[in-house]
Amino acid sequence: MATQNTRTLARLMMAPSVVVLLIWMAVPLAMTLYYSFQNYNLLTPQNVSFAGFFNYQYFYTDPAFFQSIWNTLLLVLGVLAITVIGGTAIALLIDQPIFGQGIVRILVISPFFVMPPVAALIWKNMIMHPGYGVFADIAKFFGVQPIDWFAQYPLFSVIIIVAWQWLPFATLILLTALQSLDSEQREAAEMDGANFFNRFIYLTIPHLSRAVTVVILIQTIFLLGIYAEILVTTNGGPGYASTNLTFLIYRTARLGYDVGGGAAGGIIAVVLANIVAIFLMRAVGKNLDK
Amino acid sequence: MARSVTTGAKIGWSIAAWVVALLIFFPILYAVITSLKTEQEAIAGFSLIPSGTFENYITVQTQRDYFKPFMNSVILSVGSTILALIIAIPSAWAMAFAPTKRTKDILMWMLSTKMMPSVAVLLPIFIIFRTFGLLDSRVGLTIMLTLINLPIVVWMLYTYFREIPGEILEAARMDGASLWKEIVYVLTPMAIPGIASTLLLNIILAWNEAFWTIQLTTTNAAPLTAFIASFSSPQGLFWAKLSAASTMAIAPILILGWFSQKQLVRGLTFGAVK
Repeated sequence: MATQNTRTLARLMMAPSVVVLLIWMAVPLAMTLYYSFQNYNLLTPQNVSFAGFFNYQYFYTDPAFFQSIWNTLLLVLGVLAITVIGGTAIALLIDQPIFGQGIVRILVISPFFVMPPVAALIWKNMIMHPGYGVFADIAKFFGVQPIDWFAQYPLFSVIIIVAWQWLPFATLILLTALQSLDSEQREAAEMDGANFFNRFIYLTIPHLSRAVTVVILIQTIFLLGIYAEILVTTNGGPGYASTNLTFLIYRTARLGYDVGGGAAGGIIAVVLANIVAIFLMRAVGKNLDK
Repeated sequence: MARSVTTGAKIGWSIAAWVVALLIFFPILYAVITSLKTEQEAIAGFSLIPSGTFENYITVQTQRDYFKPFMNSVILSVGSTILALIIAIPSAWAMAFAPTKRTKDILMWMLSTKMMPSVAVLLPIFIIFRTFGLLDSRVGLTIMLTLINLPIVVWMLYTYFREIPGEILEAARMDGASLWKEIVYVLTPMAIPGIASTLLLNIILAWNEAFWTIQLTTTNAAPLTAFIASFSSPQGLFWAKLSAASTMAIAPILILGWFSQKQLVRGLTFGAVK
């Protein structure tokens, strides 16, 4: 159907975004790769020399590296678990015939629109603060010693905050998927004597699998890069207890002024992100091509 | 068709749903309430009833010049979204109406650029920005936000444009419409809702972006994300003021978000869930 002319025109129309993204991908990444083989510290910019694999070795042998990888995994998986399970439960609840469904929906999705520094500071100061937070007030009411969340369970606290931000996203998508479930199919199952539990296992879960896949894909992209929530709450600490890979590279690069080390960390992050991406794309491709 | 539900069951479900919804919304509500308290009240233990002072809002403006980061947020989010739309509309258009074998690969590649960790290119970007004097400038940050949201903008527009039936163009052509008339009278009206949703969603995403906005600004171009993050190391008691600043920072986008919740699902799942 398309003539040679329209094909040329189509290519021209696509050129700007493709070229812009290509440059955006290639140039900084090539620079990162180059710096990762250099001894380059912003505090002593006159002493730049070839470093071989020293930066990688340095980054790789740093005990903080493995801790940060582990923290990244816990953060992503923890948030995914809470949001997918919690999101399904809440979506099922809202999908029931209830009064004021529209308002309930609005209340539930609101945290998604709260910018990360605000979300983190509200939780840090007003909810989880060991002296004046709401959790501390509740603990005092029951005569229990309040928990110092960010000192005792730093990573878990960050997981809670991030899960609060992403729970609405999972809920909203799962709710949309639930509402597209054919009501006739559901009624037929009811008439055939399937109880709530059976309907959930054999009808709802298979129907939701596509939406769950999408939730996992999109959230993983964003969760690997969690930064601001850590910056304003624990600043990665105590020690490296709540430092994820993103935050470790930021620490090395911006606080340590170590361009070479930060770049090596960056390349490692890119490799890891690609492994996750290939894995995810394959799973998603399978699920989306239906 | 409607399932028969007893009133008792409906009341039961409603109570459960409202309790859950209010618990989830509570941190936001409590920040708004705290913003209306005095600093002494703010740390005086749990209370849902503020004295109703607006002093914090005034103090945030007079002492910290709140209007400046607010305007930066508006300029950066709207500016970067419009710039991204200008670049993305032609390509999404081409992909939707003149798809080739490679269109799907290009779309997947664009999405994959979103998977590149921002932090991996932090230093090169920092050094480039420093070299060209773009650090802490609105121009630099607008470019940055345009780049990181461009793949999503292209994807969203593509999923909307794809739903415009191609036959309608042929019909218009048969009726003797010129290409120009075709674009102005047939295509544009059908494309506007999709473009509007994309615009709205990307303003939200750009407004809340909190990596590059914090890394690349200090004072002049700092939007609300960086402004609020600067409150993380407090001097003295400041919770009521922080709450006032927070409330103002999230209110506009929260309201935009409420209006765009339907498009949000479509947009952020790239049309996979509708």
